[in-house]
Amino acid sequence: MSDDPKHGIHHVASFDIHHSQVLNEHSELVAPLPYFTHEAGALLDLYKWMVRTRTFDAKAVALQRTGKMGTYSPCLGQEAIGVAIGHAMKREDVLLPTYREQGAQLMRSVAMHEIFLYWGGDERGMSYRDQRQDFPIAVPIASQVPHACGVAYAMKLRKEPRVAVVTLGDGATSKGDFYEGLNMAGIWNLPVVFVVTNNHWAISLGRDQQTAAQTLAQKGIAAGVPGEQVDGNDVIACRARIGKAIEKARSGGGPTLIEPLTYRMSDHTTADDATRYRSKEEVEHYKSLDPILRLRRYLEANKMWSEADEAQLKADASAEVDAAVEIYLGTERQAPESMFDHLYETLPRAYHWQREEVKNAGGKDHG
Amino acid sequence: MAEITLVEAVNLALARALQDDPNVIVFGEDVGANGGVFRATEGLQARFGHERVMDTPLAETVLAGMAIGMAAQGMRPVVEMQFMGFIYSAIDQIINHAGRLRNRTRGRITVPMVMRAPFGGGIHAPEHHSESTEAMFAHMPGIRVVIPTSPARAYGLMLAAIRDPDPVIFLEPKRIYRMVKQEVIDDGEALPLDVCFQLRDGSDVTLVTWGAMVHETLQAADRLAEQGISAEVIDVATIKPLDMDTILASVAKTGRCVIVHEAARTCSVGAEIAANLAEHGLMNLFAPVMRVSGYDTIMPMFRMEYDYLPSVERILSAVHKTLEAS
Repeated sequence: MSDDPKHGIHHVASFDIHHSQVLNEHSELVAPLPYFTHEAGALLDLYKWMVRTRTFDAKAVALQRTGKMGTYSPCLGQEAIGVAIGHAMKREDVLLPTYREQGAQLMRSVAMHEIFLYWGGDERGMSYRDQRQDFPIAVPIASQVPHACGVAYAMKLRKEPRVAVVTLGDGATSKGDFYEGLNMAGIWNLPVVFVVTNNHWAISLGRDQQTAAQTLAQKGIAAGVPGEQVDGNDVIACRARIGKAIEKARSGGGPTLIEPLTYRMSDHTTADDATRYRSKEEVEHYKSLDPILRLRRYLEANKMWSEADEAQLKADASAEVDAAVEIYLGTERQAPESMFDHLYETLPRAYHWQREEVKNAGGKDHG
Repeated sequence: MAEITLVEAVNLALARALQDDPNVIVFGEDVGANGGVFRATEGLQARFGHERVMDTPLAETVLAGMAIGMAAQGMRPVVEMQFMGFIYSAIDQIINHAGRLRNRTRGRITVPMVMRAPFGGGIHAPEHHSESTEAMFAHMPGIRVVIPTSPARAYGLMLAAIRDPDPVIFLEPKRIYRMVKQEVIDDGEALPLDVCFQLRDGSDVTLVTWGAMVHETLQAADRLAEQGISAEVIDVATIKPLDMDTILASVAKTGRCVIVHEAARTCSVGAEIAANLAEHGLMNLFAPVMRVSGYDTIMPMFRMEYDYLPSVERILSAVHKTLEAS
């Protein structure tokens, strides 16, 4: 890659991708505690939300396993990323999540019972009573990326100091929607942050088969969007880097792509069996990198957390989740004709008879 | 008051909407300095600025997706797809998101966007520039599909589409972009969506059509009048949702129906109309419903395109068959 002007060849571009870590897998600080930790209770907040998320997640899997809920996509092992996003965003920002961001959604006032309702086959699980602007999870892969650019464009045009945060996975980086969105964000310097969670598996396809690129972060570079990696099981580093990108976007500094490196500890969904395509040893290895255990050890070593605190937190989280389960299981299904009620603002005359037909048929719960 | 063409009426409506509502933005490929390849957006960027009339990279998926994101934030985006032939990479966005977000969120997030696209054959355009695939969109829940056929309807329906709280696919029949001029008053008055327009009153046969074929259909009605046959002509205008009430009422009066469209025959909007006539209008029919349509082939390149498109003669032949049958 050396310049060789005499042969007419010049080096014209180069790039570096940085990886950040603050708390290593042994729960040792390898960098100074970042800015946000100066806020009292910030680390405890992150910890509590991760535990709350995991408690919720485990219950969701249990509900599916006992036939009380449909297919579910667990976020086991990835809690640090969702919680970092939720902690770094402001209320007025907009989150465009994929389906493993339960931590961020819960922190942004999506109710636990709403997420249960969604996976329990009920659209009201996307109505988010206390969160009016965030998008519901995107199921078709990467299709939410263009939406984030549109949301960010509206914010920018109106000169509002707000930011769109879109999350996606390693598999999504192979899709055109992702590249088209990145490209647009770069050109228009949009206030959007792309969080590309690299959990090493897109259902059964490993990260190495997804792309020959050395990192996913560098995919931003081609679109003029800075990219970086962060230890996705280090909630402190995630919070710091994602928060920095969000504030940069808010102040007019444009988009950033962040690639947190983590591992999908669960099956892809409850309908999947990951033992068909990956080894026990690999899963065991990542268990030792667990984000929650990592922070807990640090907090305990620094006398910020005790056994009693832990017991109390777990009891509180379980009670909260159980209360949500009760609401979920006690929610009557929607009237069948409601399938017409939000099709358009006003149902066109052409469909009135169809609504009447399904209403009069009465229907029964196939849940 | 100057007379203007259909494409000028689109421009006039866009300018009016941009003027009246700060939430309206217009974007797409070459819509800015170039004013659009058909000049539908001519002068808009100079008048309303680069932030509200934007040239975009060549990427239809993100154009559609951005419109959804903007609309979710309360804007009224009007996105241009340069030709219908390039709209298909945006279909994931239309079917999975634009038509669906209101329902998914029980009305929390809505998508008041308009996607414009010129469509149809007959202008000797290159390959992939001449199809009529409107039926694909009519099959998608949660959206409207609107097709204007005159300058006045282009103006009024475009304003209605922009003001509509739900997504509208606005298909512009490019063959008649400049075919006729008509006086259009720039009064900001929208026309109603979801209803057919009766273009001509008649008693012997109902001719149902939309898009550029309105032109041939009206010519056929003229020829029939010379033969003493009175044809009613209906421009469907909104093909989703379909205003069957108007069509059924007309057929109840005439007892005969010929549906004319340039799209391929199988699973066309014509098939939907014919099925509805069979379900709800059979007892009023004196003759089988006939369809005059494009063929179930690839739209040929332009040396054969008029062999594909329905002609006045094909329409007349179908009408005579319905008359002979009874």
